[in-house]
Amino acid sequence: MFDIGIGHYLTLGAVIFTIGVVGIFLNRKNVIVILMSIELILLAVNINLVSFSIFLNDLSGQIFTLFILTVAAAEAAIGLAIIVVYYRNSGTIRVEEIDNLKG
Amino acid sequence: MPAHTFFFYIFSLIAIVSAIMVTASKNTVHSVFFLILDFISISCLFILIGAEFLGMIMLIVYVGAVAVLFLFVVMMLNVAQQKNQWFGATSGSKHIPVGMIVSLIIFFELLIVIGGWKLKPDLTNDFINLSTSGVTNTHSIGNVLYTDYIHLFQLSGMILLVAMIGAIVLTFRQRSGLKRQSYISQISREKNDGVELVNVKNKAGVKIDV
Repeated sequence: MFDIGIGHYLTLGAVIFTIGVVGIFLNRKNVIVILMSIELILLAVNINLVSFSIFLNDLSGQIFTLFILTVAAAEAAIGLAIIVVYYRNSGTIRVEEIDNLKG
Repeated sequence: MPAHTFFFYIFSLIAIVSAIMVTASKNTVHSVFFLILDFISISCLFILIGAEFLGMIMLIVYVGAVAVLFLFVVMMLNVAQQKNQWFGATSGSKHIPVGMIVSLIIFFELLIVIGGWKLKPDLTNDFINLSTSGVTNTHSIGNVLYTDYIHLFQLSGMILLVAMIGAIVLTFRQRSGLKRQSYISQISREKNDGVELVNVKNKAGVKIDV
């Protein structure tokens, strides 16, 4: 309990990952919150990689965390650009009203 | 209780509570603020555990760039205040209990994996070693990143370039009816196109047709 090991960090990662998944599943607001939930999920993966890297004494995890950081930044930029274009075209980004593919 | 334990529990508590508030708060601007708080506490955890470079990079990239980008888009699109909130009681919200159940199953599966995780006993220790004495974390990351992972490093630079071009192309709007300066037509203008010499008769005036 009082000795922080790798299990504590992995549990923290699991909790934040699950909160991100819940945020995607149960979202009733706009799409931006879904993007933020994706950022939370990537953050949880980063926690896992860094804790394994520290506790196994291996540097590769931190390198891959850097790459995940890069991809997350690129994904946020592209996603927000898509959201801006969609808002310009249809005037709303609420999740319930985006049903153009419904047929 | 050692200080590491104390700070771990504080920062992870802040991180979990702010992650919940990201998904649960009514106002999207508040969600972005809690996202920033989450990133800061996680980067404090990284610094605490000994990955200082990643903690600082996470502060710079996430808080300085990504969260500000989110905030900018939220304020630009004027979607901050939503009419109905989380779990908004619209009709046909059958998927909420199912989503909860699936999320709980995911969480418990992760917990089972964490509880039963064990290193392979004959794991050969050919890791890229972290704790060479007298070398900082940043130094050792630089030693590895620019030698062994140089191709991946440049590839991630290409990913950023493609993302930048993609964002510009997506949001670029060509407006019609705008008068713009055209350098080509300015430069390629000749003297004969613009100036005309007219031989004016005496006391007759001149008629200019435009």
